[in-house]
Amino acid sequence: MNTNSLPSDFLPILLQFFVALGFVIFVMLATHLLGPKRKAKAKLETFECGIESKGNARIPFSIKYFLVAILFVLFDVEVIFMYPWAVNFKELGLTGIWEMLVFMGLLLTGFYYIIKKGALKWE
Amino acid sequence: MTLYLFYFLSFLAVLSALMVVVSKNPVHSVLYLIMTFFAIAGHYVLLNAQFLAAVHVIVYAGAIMVLFLYVIMMLNLNADTEPQKGKWLRVAATVAGGILMVVLVGALRSAADTLPVTAHDNQIGMIKNLGKVLYKDFMLPFEISSILFLVAMVGAVMLGKKEIK
Repeated sequence: MNTNSLPSDFLPILLQFFVALGFVIFVMLATHLLGPKRKAKAKLETFECGIESKGNARIPFSIKYFLVAILFVLFDVEVIFMYPWAVNFKELGLTGIWEMLVFMGLLLTGFYYIIKKGALKWE
Repeated sequence: MTLYLFYFLSFLAVLSALMVVVSKNPVHSVLYLIMTFFAIAGHYVLLNAQFLAAVHVIVYAGAIMVLFLYVIMMLNLNADTEPQKGKWLRVAATVAGGILMVVLVGALRSAADTLPVTAHDNQIGMIKNLGKVLYKDFMLPFEISSILFLVAMVGAVMLGKKEIK
């Protein structure tokens, strides 16, 4: 495996990025140009399964979604720490395993706390 | 080529960062902030710190921005409840921001003199080298970061969860 890597290796990814962006822009422009336009009041109204909509979308919602999201971010970052560890797994040897066990142990303590508190229960 | 990319990314980063502050709609601000994060991820790639770039996109543009959107959705942003900001608050904010800028400029000016000019390994940002440094030289900070996670978890649960009766 060639381990010497340079920023120019990211050229295909950049290209893909531009293709994805270009496709979105192209489709959005095409629908505007090709589609028929009818601007009656009934057409422009928010459609919600035939039920008349009330108020607007700016209503405060439950904090529980936020709690789940923030816990997700914490465990997300935890998993990212495991990538460089896994790449160097053989070189780090037993020290690496103990290191990660302490790290995971502390996080699993947190997870146990979350489960015990019932923070993920939806009531 | 790299120089032009650098200028383009810097321009994009600064412009979208300004738009975060300037745009009136908070949801637009968040979208511009995502653009800033992508531009900064591009800078990481240019610096050959590819793992950092990927993590930056996943954690910041992916997860943290979702949290930002949640916070915005939790605020009551109807036009009639927008708090009116007084004139003096604006003056105070301008003065505080200006002082922060002076501090930053001062810090960066002195940093330019002290930066060591040494030839460095251009593979230093690769995931393998990063892992070696992180799990050998910076073992203790790594373990302490798990305590930080624990504190964050407990804090989030304490604030966000009602006691079960």
